[in-house]
Amino acid sequence: MATATATEPRRARSASSSGTADNKKLWWSIANLIVLLYALIPVLWILSLSFKTADTVTDGNFIPRAWTLENYAQVFAIDLFTSALINSIGIAIISTVLAVVIGTMAAYAIARLDFPGKKVLVGISLLIAMFPQISLVSPLFNIERAVGLFDTWPGLILPYITFALPLSIYTLSAFFREIPWELEKAAQMDGATPLQAFRSVIVPLAAPGVFTTAILVFIFCWNDFLFAVSLTSTTRSQTATVAISQFTGASQFAEPTGSIAAAAVLLTIPIIIFVLFFQRRIVAGLTSGAVKG
Amino acid sequence: MADIVLDNVVKRYPDGTLGADHVNIEIADGEFIILVGPSGCGKSTTLNMIAGLEDISDGELRIAGERVNEKAPKDRDIAMVFQSYALYPHMTVRENMAFPLKLAKMDKAEIDKKVNDAAQILDLTQHLDRKPANMSGGQRQRVAMGRAIVRSPKAFLMDEPLSNLDAKLRVQMRTMVSKLQQRLETTTVYVTHDQTEAMTLGDRIVVMRGGVVQQIGSPQKLYDRPNNLFVAGFIGSPAMNFLPATLEDGVFRTSLGDLTLSDELRRNLEASDAPRELIVGIRPEHFEDAALVEEHQRPKGSVFTAEVDVLESMGSDKFAYFTVQGEQAMSDDLADLAADAGTADVPGGDAGTLTTRLSAASTATEGRSTEVWVDTSKIQVFDPNSGKNLTTREAAPVTA
Amino acid sequence: MSDLANEPSTQRTEPAAPPERAPSSPAAHRKPGKPALSEGKKAERKLGLLLCAPAAIIMVLVTAYPIIYAVWLSLQRYDLRFPGEQQFAGLTNYAAVLTSSYWWSAFLVTVIITVISVAIEFVLGLALALIMHRTIVARGLTRTVVLIPYGIVTVVAAFSWQFAWTPDKGYLAALLPEGAAPLTDQVAALAIIILAEVWKTTPFMALLLMAGLALVPDDLLKAAQVDGAGAWQRLTKIILPMMKPAILVALLFRTLDAFRVFDNIYILTQGSNGTGSVSMLGYDNLFKAFNLGIGSAISVLIFIAVAVIAFLFIKIFGAAAPGSDEGKR
Repeated sequence: MATATATEPRRARSASSSGTADNKKLWWSIANLIVLLYALIPVLWILSLSFKTADTVTDGNFIPRAWTLENYAQVFAIDLFTSALINSIGIAIISTVLAVVIGTMAAYAIARLDFPGKKVLVGISLLIAMFPQISLVSPLFNIERAVGLFDTWPGLILPYITFALPLSIYTLSAFFREIPWELEKAAQMDGATPLQAFRSVIVPLAAPGVFTTAILVFIFCWNDFLFAVSLTSTTRSQTATVAISQFTGASQFAEPTGSIAAAAVLLTIPIIIFVLFFQRRIVAGLTSGAVKG
Repeated sequence: MADIVLDNVVKRYPDGTLGADHVNIEIADGEFIILVGPSGCGKSTTLNMIAGLEDISDGELRIAGERVNEKAPKDRDIAMVFQSYALYPHMTVRENMAFPLKLAKMDKAEIDKKVNDAAQILDLTQHLDRKPANMSGGQRQRVAMGRAIVRSPKAFLMDEPLSNLDAKLRVQMRTMVSKLQQRLETTTVYVTHDQTEAMTLGDRIVVMRGGVVQQIGSPQKLYDRPNNLFVAGFIGSPAMNFLPATLEDGVFRTSLGDLTLSDELRRNLEASDAPRELIVGIRPEHFEDAALVEEHQRPKGSVFTAEVDVLESMGSDKFAYFTVQGEQAMSDDLADLAADAGTADVPGGDAGTLTTRLSAASTATEGRSTEVWVDTSKIQVFDPNSGKNLTTREAAPVTA
Repeated sequence: MSDLANEPSTQRTEPAAPPERAPSSPAAHRKPGKPALSEGKKAERKLGLLLCAPAAIIMVLVTAYPIIYAVWLSLQRYDLRFPGEQQFAGLTNYAAVLTSSYWWSAFLVTVIITVISVAIEFVLGLALALIMHRTIVARGLTRTVVLIPYGIVTVVAAFSWQFAWTPDKGYLAALLPEGAAPLTDQVAALAIIILAEVWKTTPFMALLLMAGLALVPDDLLKAAQVDGAGAWQRLTKIILPMMKPAILVALLFRTLDAFRVFDNIYILTQGSNGTGSVSMLGYDNLFKAFNLGIGSAISVLIFIAVAVIAFLFIKIFGAAAPGSDEGKR
């Protein structure tokens, strides 16, 4: 990041006069604004719903006419939601870390090393990525019941890792392939074992790929509904997405629109924090300077 | 420091092609040896096998008398400089150079000392804390050299280390590499595609083609006594001129006219039972403006008249180019060379042009006919079929 | 300029590299009497297997039985409403599905959604990626905000779209002429489903593409600019070709996902008015009709369709798939 940002102002300034630089800035601002609007309007709609009172929630107005925090209070009043939030955070983080670590190892081997069974592994991971998850849920349920993993954290973490691995392996090996071969040869010549070369040369260079993958995997785990609803039953491991689906309105007849919106907003906050935290690491041009050209 | 011996080393790929075909090279301790040849000739493969980056299919590689075929690169104690430098972009110059020492588990004070020493030699001291991305090509190249020399390895392997530099820097770095090697006296194997590097840097040159060693010898030896057409055409810039010739009545009939033979050459050709159809090779500097040749020299050569196509004045001398009429010399070796030089499919190409180097005093002018004298005593004669050099009787062995 | 000129020379060393040993025919080149693998090679193989083992073990452990079970079920006549009648049925379930007009209309809907949404996502995603990568103002903010749609729980996002398009309740429906109920019209409903898909998953595409963009060396673009390449030429002649591996991953995974579109349809239309996808059909059979045989057959068919798509992708993009030999050494 440091090098990238450092060169930006220089690039802008070098655009002859300061006038064109300002112009450039304006255009980028407009482009950014469009992007922000694209991403945010539907989100603001949910945000708006979450602040609407029960009477005005169906009025179709984009901006609430009457504001309230009632919906949020209601969400936290449900015990289920707090524990579900903790479950979601814990399970998603553990799954992400494990999937990225395991995926990085496998992706490196696939991209760079010569060993028997490589194509089989790629095939298996593709197969898993392609099989409709709907049909895998019931057999998984049966297995987890049998081995006592049902309604536990590992009971969700294991499938999450499994279904996140194909994407991790694909994304990461695409990254590893871009790292110049000669760097590893150089490391070998410098006296590194393959493992040392992997650890001290390749992993630092693949950091943007690793963090990109981490974001994707985290979101996948965070968003999952299918496995969470089928493989959990109590507050021990129920996640937030499941909790939302079990919301009922304030009264029996009221639709829980407001609470759902409020819960959705709450669920989005960890994602924003996670992404904010990692996007800095998706560094542009880290590999430039490794080899010429 | 150590000697390196390649004993019938073979590189066979799964599809059966040979990357290196029974390569025999003995590199003495402290020697600077150059592997040279066109793309795909096996020079890089050979280097990688010495490094341990590629497996040896057959034969034996010995470093300091010890067989190392099965050793991993890290256990061979060899340093390598890559064409692309292969600097670790996430490390500073200091970290880059310290990396091999760190892996060798050297203690910190010693690492610092060695890195600082190497930086001093290479004039990198003030750049030690920069990252490669912020450095110029020449600086990066020096860092790559630095990483190789810090650990005082048994040998240096260099894979076209200067080819990414611009011409001026290349000359500077060439001198630096040469001085460095003389100072450290470390055995060095240097792969290059560049004529000048090959001629100026090495104690000996190994010319390779299609995985086969063509000739090994000192630069001068390869220049003066090439084993075959390929070496003759590859070594020397501008390249040797080749003309088809017919041996008849004691003279060569060529498109330049009749060239007389020296007595020695005639005896050699008769003795070696040479065919009548031959290829003669003449280096550009063995031509001269006939007007400038002293009277007593004249009988040693032949004179022809031709129109100058292009004249390049270099100040110290003049290059005059002529178009050769009639047939061109044909052989596999020459086709390979043309393909490598990229002139194979250029209409007219190099093959139809005669390159001559004349004294600066020559009055040759573009578009005018000029009398040119050829020093026929320096002519090389080749068998068009085998490519073998027939000039001298001693059957020159591949390893000289 | 010099960088560009050097490019071929960097490549030049490649032909001399050893073609990768094809695992399928180890005997062909490992004849008896040949020297054993060097330590380097052996260490490489060992490390390769070691690094892959955790991934392979966990994937097989979790999915082997469920996948085999699903395939087995698809060959059974097995309806939970009539558990007594379970028996081996061969391919009759498949025949039943493939001759059903429900399957084919759902298939068509799925293909339409997939093709249109992935195409739009790619173009939009590339634009987003370029903006995220190149922007000189508020880069961190932009990068974060772009990812929010992807981060929002699908079910909730779909729900908010449904709400927005419901007459009298939503701000978008309010923009339409009086009396319009877009979610009950096939074409309009499909358009909304695609909109919801595109909005939500374009950031995924953009993120992967941006990661690929980061690998295009700046020098190369400058060189091209000096050579007189316009912005469009730089994009099509340099950036896109260099990003090929990232594009493959992004398109492949998005297509596979889009083909199994479920959540959005489930919330927005429940598959009514001819908007049901093949996954909806599978879900209905498995969890509503409890016909496990037919439901599993549909799953396997979806899998086959998806596999064909993946195969075509890898064929079209050729060696850009991971584990392929190109680019090795």
